[in-house]
Amino acid sequence: MAEIDVRVQEPQFDVGREMGTFAAGRTDIGAVASFVGLVRGVHDQETGSEIKAMTLEHYPGMTEKAISAIAHEAANRWPALKRATVIHRYGRMLPGEPIVLVLTASPHRDVAFDACRFLMDWLKTKAPFWKLEETPSGDHWVDARDTDDQAAARWGP
Amino acid sequence: MKLLYFAWLRTHIGIGEETVTPPSTVTTVADLIDWLKTRGDGYATALKHDGVIRVAVNQTFAEMTTPIAQGDEVALFPPMTGG
Repeated sequence: MAEIDVRVQEPQFDVGREMGTFAAGRTDIGAVASFVGLVRGVHDQETGSEIKAMTLEHYPGMTEKAISAIAHEAANRWPALKRATVIHRYGRMLPGEPIVLVLTASPHRDVAFDACRFLMDWLKTKAPFWKLEETPSGDHWVDARDTDDQAAARWGP
Repeated sequence: MKLLYFAWLRTHIGIGEETVTPPSTVTTVADLIDWLKTRGDGYATALKHDGVIRVAVNQTFAEMTTPIAQGDEVALFPPMTGG
């Protein structure tokens, strides 16, 4: 069974340090895949309007449990997954700051890549976080995207 | 029963959590939402689009048909936008 490390925290994390220590001392790991989600400074719609900051609200008490459940689901689906780390921030963040880090490790690359993508796809729609964007025209709750639901659905129930 | 509201449900209703004692006819999440809608304009606005509302009972994702009882923690929220 994979070693799972889930952290829900307000402070920034150090991507380089997390990656640098993730497979340290392990000789059974041949592949590490990573995903880092960052706060964008512009909308990706045509408007190009500015985002001054993003605040992530979450459900203290449930968030860590929900992410752990997703990580255990990944471990069940990919028995060759050796390690999985998910660090997800909450609170107010500025453009360019990291929001989420997913690291996966396995003997060969396919499992690391697939499990990393699965974890991100399910985190988007199955972990209790909500994004509030601060823009020049006011604050807006970010709507869930159909494309995120489709991305999560491709992995099955 | 402890209720929690997140994101735009919280901002419409005006509070993040409250403790309530619904009538005994409220036995499911759907019943609870119908009852909450009668508690004021903020609730009615927040819960108007009840087809998009997601729910957790005792910190586990649940359905509109999930039974609820006194002592439960029920959270209502919009679709999640993490990651």
